[in-house]
Order: sequence, then C-alpha cells, then structure tokens
Amino acid sequence: MHFHKLLIGCAIAGMMAAPAWGQGGTLTVGLKAEPSSIDPHYHNLGPNNSMAAHYFSRLVEQDDKLRLMPGLAESWEPISDTTWEFKLRQGVKFHDGSDFTADDVMFTFERAPNVPNSPSSFATYLKGKSFTKVDDYTLRITTERPYPLMPVDMAQVPIISADVGEEVATGDFNAGKAAIGTGPYRFVEWVPGDRLVIERNDDYFDAKPEWDRIVFKPIKSGPARVAALLAGDVDFIDNVPPIDIARLKGEDSVQLSQGVSSRVIYLHMDQFREDSPFVKANGGGSIKNPLLDVRVRKAISKAIDRDAIVDRVMEGVAIKAGQLLPEGFFGVTPNLSPEPYDPEGAKALLAEAGYPDGFELTIHGPNDRYINDAKICEAVAQMLTRIGIRTAVETMPKAVYFRRASRGGPDNSPEFSFILVGWGSGTGESSSPLRSLLHTYDKDRGFGASNRGRHSDAEIDTLIEDALATVDDPARLALLQKATELAIGRNQGIIPTHYQVNTWAGRKGLSYTARADERTIAMGVTSDK
Amino acid sequence: MTVFIIRRLLQSAIVVAVMSLLVFVGVNVVGDPVDMLINPEADQAEIERVIRDLGLDRPLHEQYGYFVVNALQGDLGKSFIFGEPALQLIVERMPATFELAIAALLLAVVFGIPLGVLAGLRPDARWSRTIMAGSILGFSLPSFWVGIMMIMLFAVMLGWLPSTGRGDTVPVLGVEVSFLTRDGLSHLLLPAINLSLFKLSLVIRLARAGTREVIHQDYIKFARAKGLSETRVVLVHLLKNIMIPVVTVLGLEFGGLVAFSVVTESVFAWPGMGKLIIDSLHELDRPVVVAYLMIVVLMFVIINLLVDIVYSILDPRVRLQDTRA
Repeated sequence: MHFHKLLIGCAIAGMMAAPAWGQGGTLTVGLKAEPSSIDPHYHNLGPNNSMAAHYFSRLVEQDDKLRLMPGLAESWEPISDTTWEFKLRQGVKFHDGSDFTADDVMFTFERAPNVPNSPSSFATYLKGKSFTKVDDYTLRITTERPYPLMPVDMAQVPIISADVGEEVATGDFNAGKAAIGTGPYRFVEWVPGDRLVIERNDDYFDAKPEWDRIVFKPIKSGPARVAALLAGDVDFIDNVPPIDIARLKGEDSVQLSQGVSSRVIYLHMDQFREDSPFVKANGGGSIKNPLLDVRVRKAISKAIDRDAIVDRVMEGVAIKAGQLLPEGFFGVTPNLSPEPYDPEGAKALLAEAGYPDGFELTIHGPNDRYINDAKICEAVAQMLTRIGIRTAVETMPKAVYFRRASRGGPDNSPEFSFILVGWGSGTGESSSPLRSLLHTYDKDRGFGASNRGRHSDAEIDTLIEDALATVDDPARLALLQKATELAIGRNQGIIPTHYQVNTWAGRKGLSYTARADERTIAMGVTSDK
Repeated sequence: MTVFIIRRLLQSAIVVAVMSLLVFVGVNVVGDPVDMLINPEADQAEIERVIRDLGLDRPLHEQYGYFVVNALQGDLGKSFIFGEPALQLIVERMPATFELAIAALLLAVVFGIPLGVLAGLRPDARWSRTIMAGSILGFSLPSFWVGIMMIMLFAVMLGWLPSTGRGDTVPVLGVEVSFLTRDGLSHLLLPAINLSLFKLSLVIRLARAGTREVIHQDYIKFARAKGLSETRVVLVHLLKNIMIPVVTVLGLEFGGLVAFSVVTESVFAWPGMGKLIIDSLHELDRPVVVAYLMIVVLMFVIINLLVDIVYSILDPRVRLQDTRA
C-alpha cells in the first residue's frame, strides 16, 4: 500500500519536473569529451572544434553532410590558377558590438598557426598561403600551386576579433575575456570538468537557434551519461554506448538520432617489409611476408563477412564499406561496392598465391578508440582463421596503440603487420584519406602521414597529387574516383570494413541532425513542434 | 629530539626523490601523448613540431633532470593538454575532492559508530546480524557498480536526487563549497554515500569489536555497579574508549579516501582531482599525472613524518632506539 503511494508520488514529481518545451529555454547537454580550452586556435581537435563552432564562425561553414555553405564569407571563387577571392559578409557584428571586417580575418590567420604550447596547431590549414586584404570585405588568398581545397581549409579556422590584441593568450579565452566571436551563441563561463555555459546571440547574422541558454556537462563514463539522461539531469547526450541503444529504443521518454559518419573503419596491412614481425609460417617459423601479394590481400577482403560485422558486432548500427567514404561524399566512386563474403573464393586465391594452408598472423587494434573496436578485431580474426590464416588478437588502449602502430618499430617505422584503424575525413572528401593513408609515405612533402601499411604506387601518387592541384570540380572528382578505384579495387591498399554510425539521444521530442563529422552541435538539437 | 627530526626529514627527502624517479620513468615509458593530442589530418612536419615543443625528442634522463630542476622551484610542469601549470589544475580541483572526502568521512562516523555499538551491545539480535551482513556487502561490492545502481535507483527510478555533477557553489574563505546550497547538497549526497560505504563498513566493524571488548572491562562493570544509567555507561564510558582505534584508523584512511574518490568521481562526473587524474591517464597528459602522484607521495610522507614525531613525543623509547641505531 505504502509502496503504491510512493510510486504515485514519484510519478507526480516526475511530471512536475518535466519542463514545458516551446521556443527557448535551457538545454542541458551531457558530452563525452570536453574541450581543453576556449581558445579556438589552441588545440585543433574534435571536442575543441565542435565547441568553438557555437560562439565563433568560420569564413565557410560545413553542414551535417560536410557540404560547404557560406559563413562569414558570402561567396568565394578562384580568380586565377593560384588565387582565390573571398567576399565577406557585411553588417556582421561581434559579440561585443564591433563590426566584422577583413582585418579580423587577417589578424586571425596571423595568430592561428602560432599559438604558444599548442598541442595540435591550425598551421595545417594555413601554411603555404599568403593573404591579401583588397578592401574591408574582400580577401585574396594565393598559393604557389593551384589549390582546390581552399574553401575546405577556410571552413576549419574560427575567426576571432582583432580587438583582442596581439598579446592575447590562451588563458584570456578561457576566462571569457577574449572569447568574442560572431557565432550563434555567446560564451558565458567554463568551469573545467563541471560545466560550460553559452547564451543565444540575438544579433547573429544567420538563422537564430532555438535555445536561449545551453549548459554542457562533461560526463565521460557511458553508463553515467545514459543514466543522467534517464534521470532527467540532462536533456541530450552524445556518444550513446552501443550496448544501451536497444534498451533506449524501448524507452518511451527517450528519442534517438543516428547518422552515418565520414569515418571508415579499415584494415591496414604491412606492404613494405619482406620480413614482417607479426606474420609467421604455420608453426611459427619465418616466412616471406604474404601480405605483399595482392591476391592474399584480396583473399582477406573476401574472407570478411561485413554483414556479420554490421549485424552482430555492431548490432545493426553501422554500414558496410567498400571504399573510403560513404555514399554522398565528394570523391566516392560508383564502381566500388563492399567485397561480398566469399570464403571459398578467398581460399582459392590463397592457394593461387602459394599459401594453400594459410599462415599465422596477429591483428592489433585499439580497445577504447572506435565503437566496439576490440570486438571487431576478434570477429576479423575468427573470419580469417576460417580460411586458414590463423589469426591471434592483441588489443590495447589507444594511448599505447597509436604510437606503436605509427612508429613503434625500428627507425620509427610502423611496428605491426596487420591493424584495425579508423579514418574520419575532416574535409568531407576522399582526398583526405587518399593523401594520408594511401599515398606513398613521404615525410618531406607531408604525404602518407598515416600510411601505416606503407602502401605505395607511383600511378596512384600522381593521381592524388594531380587531384590536389585541380581546381575544376568535375575534373578533380574524376581523378579522386580513379585513385580510389586503383588503390582499393585493384591494389587492396587498405581493406574497408564499415562506416561508423553515431548515436545521440535526447528526451522525447528532441531530435538531432546527426553530423557526419561526429560533432555535437547544439544548434542541431531541435524540439518537435 | 632535534637529531631525530633531522634524521626523519632526510629519510623523507630520500623517499620523495626515489619516488619522483619511479613515477617519472613509469609514466614516461607508456605510450606517446602526441598521438592523443594531434589532429589525425596533421602531416609529419606538424607531428615533429609537437614532439619537439613538448620536449619528447629529448632523452629520458634529460627530461627527468629538467623536471627535477623545475620541481625544486615549485614548478611541476605544464599540462600537455590544457597548456596550464599542472599544479594549478590539481589545486583548482582539490576543494571538490576534499569536500566529497570529508562528507564521506562524516557519514561513515555518524552512521558507523552508532550502528557498530548497537551491533556490539546485542551481538545475537537479528538486526545486529543484519548490520554485520550489510557491512560485508559494503566491503565487497565494487564501488563503480554500487554507484551506477544508486544512480539507477535514486536518480532514474525514483527521481529524488540528481545523478551527475556538482551543484551550485558558494565561496567560503575563497574556496568554492557546495554543501551550503540546497542544490549543492542534493548533488553531494549520492557520491558521498557511494564513497563512504567502504569506510562505513570499516567503522561499523571497528566499533563493534571495540564494544565487545570494552563492555566486559572492569570499569564498565564498576560504572554499572555504581548505579549509572545504561545510557550514560554507553555514551560516556564505553564510547570514549572505543574511539581511540576508530580515530587512529580513520586518520590514516583519509588519504585513501581521497585516492578512492577516483572511481566515485568518474561515475558521478564529480569535478575533482580523481576525475582529472583518470582523464589525464587516458589522454597521457604526463605532467598532470606526475604532479598528482608527487603531491600524493608528499602528502603521505608528511603524514608519516608527523605520526613518527608524535609517537616519539609520546613514547621516548622510539626516539632512543633511533639515535642508537
């Protein structure tokens, strides 16, 4: 009897606690990762960049599918082979009321690559470019060679106000003093580890966002984040743990939002060492690295049951992959589809390559970086073992894994033979993974920085380099498609398994426009009318 | 006496020096922070710049020497991630952790001693057995799991208390505290209970054992013979005597409470030192990890030093033995 009273009491209390939504109000968001600074040029990394997007604007913005849209620049076009002209938007005001002009852009581009102590700088997007102010609302950017990715690069660097002065330090941003942007929200306060608060900027130059005030709370632990949503302490969370998705689907008070990301999960194979450290003959003797043979790589791709990975390991929350980016992104080729599961064909290829009885292999992967990463490694190992490649699994925390995978071997060479990794294309087009994963490793020219299998093919290198110097979109698209078809379809330079699908969850009535760059942007959270 | 203190100080200094070497080397041989920090799109030149900027291209002994020289001047290095002094980051989060630890300690004492004494006075009663069984659970259930269960019950199902974070704070003598606001108190309750469960069980067991022992002492019998009321016997004569071991153990356990808060802080997203250290470990923010461990080492060394000195004052034999040795 008493228990019943208690339940009814709770139900009433719960109803009273639920806020009435409409226009405005406060939105509380539980985030997996919080930024390391409010300074938008201090740390070029996901959590910082997504947070900065709330209070700073960029010249060019990217929508949820990473398509380019006008930001602080209204339009842009190449005026010669090596020069781009950006027309800036007029009448935009900073949060402190001052006008936005080309001077602010010049100031930003001067400061952004040179922030002291920056653990990852914005120089990546700004080096090799010279900037000229034509008038207050026109800017020209010149490069030595034709450079098609100029608008994409300009979509990465948040613009700050020149009024903050050259002496401005990262600490001034964290304290809020210098956190003056042109974004849809203004910065209010940041208590590291506890909360970050922003308020709507009513003078924003574009569509006004729905919420008056947003409170971000860092809740790193997955179960705790879900519990906070269920308890009503937060209205919205990102990075829903896959194991909770099914349960949350059955919950009436919760609404899930999902979307495919630009992140492909793939296998990289040692393609540069005759004697690869984690490949052994059956019984453990040494063997000439079979992964050098394209037939073996093709056999591995055929042996992988991508449907099983998607259905069983990922519980349906993933899309099987056959190339570098999912459909709809620039550079995707219609001629490549996910390799069908064909264990017999795989065995035949292995026999043809001279390994009828297979060999021994170790797959290495992280266990805290991608969704279900360690489980995927185990699944891949079982599938390979089924065609005769007896595969052991070794997974480790990302803090240890990436160093060893990139440069843990002698002379800073990659240590492993066969690895599971992911690549999210920040630019939203296939030149990003092509140049980093499949171009020949070339330290001096900055190519192949994450080519941990050291895939190398002069023909593909030329295609990639040509694409990166072709401003004409259709011509560049053809080059990127050709490069992808050769690198994956012909060479099996990497073996894609699936594209990651990310899940956000909010209270009933809140939907989110899932972003391909996996960012959590509060402007995308809307209440259903 | 002076000689004794100087000897102890020297020994403590050696302990700190050895620990700094162990901690520094231990933290620096694991993984590589650069891969955690850098944007994957960065090219090789940028990766090398970061390695150089962080001083990671230097040999380990050189990095250690640099660390020691700076540490002696009170600078424990800058966080790789936040770019701010590691010591400052830790000190900023200290009040939250200490507030939580003290609240947990209070809960342990306020509930633990009465329950323990009750269980000790009537060891065969059914509720005494229940208390003792409960204390076994308190010892053996992992606090991560208990924390999540408490959130599920009190925050999700019943909706009585908030599940995450620290509530409103008010400054007291320049330190932000949350226990003085209603909102702050409601946020504090669940994590404090979670953190106190282990210590609560400990106090119950100590108080019960103490009670069982003291209750048969002559002075208790004498007090009863004198015709004192049972309440007075228990509250004055018994309680005073069982407090000695309880206070000693709790004093020593307080350091442990601060250290145990790592788990509780992660579950409840409590913005304290424990959460900072776990995040720093995940992201390999070495200066913060090293600074945190050095502070903990220093804290324990100082507590031990004080205990030694107090003992030597209380018991001259300790002092004499030490000078002879």
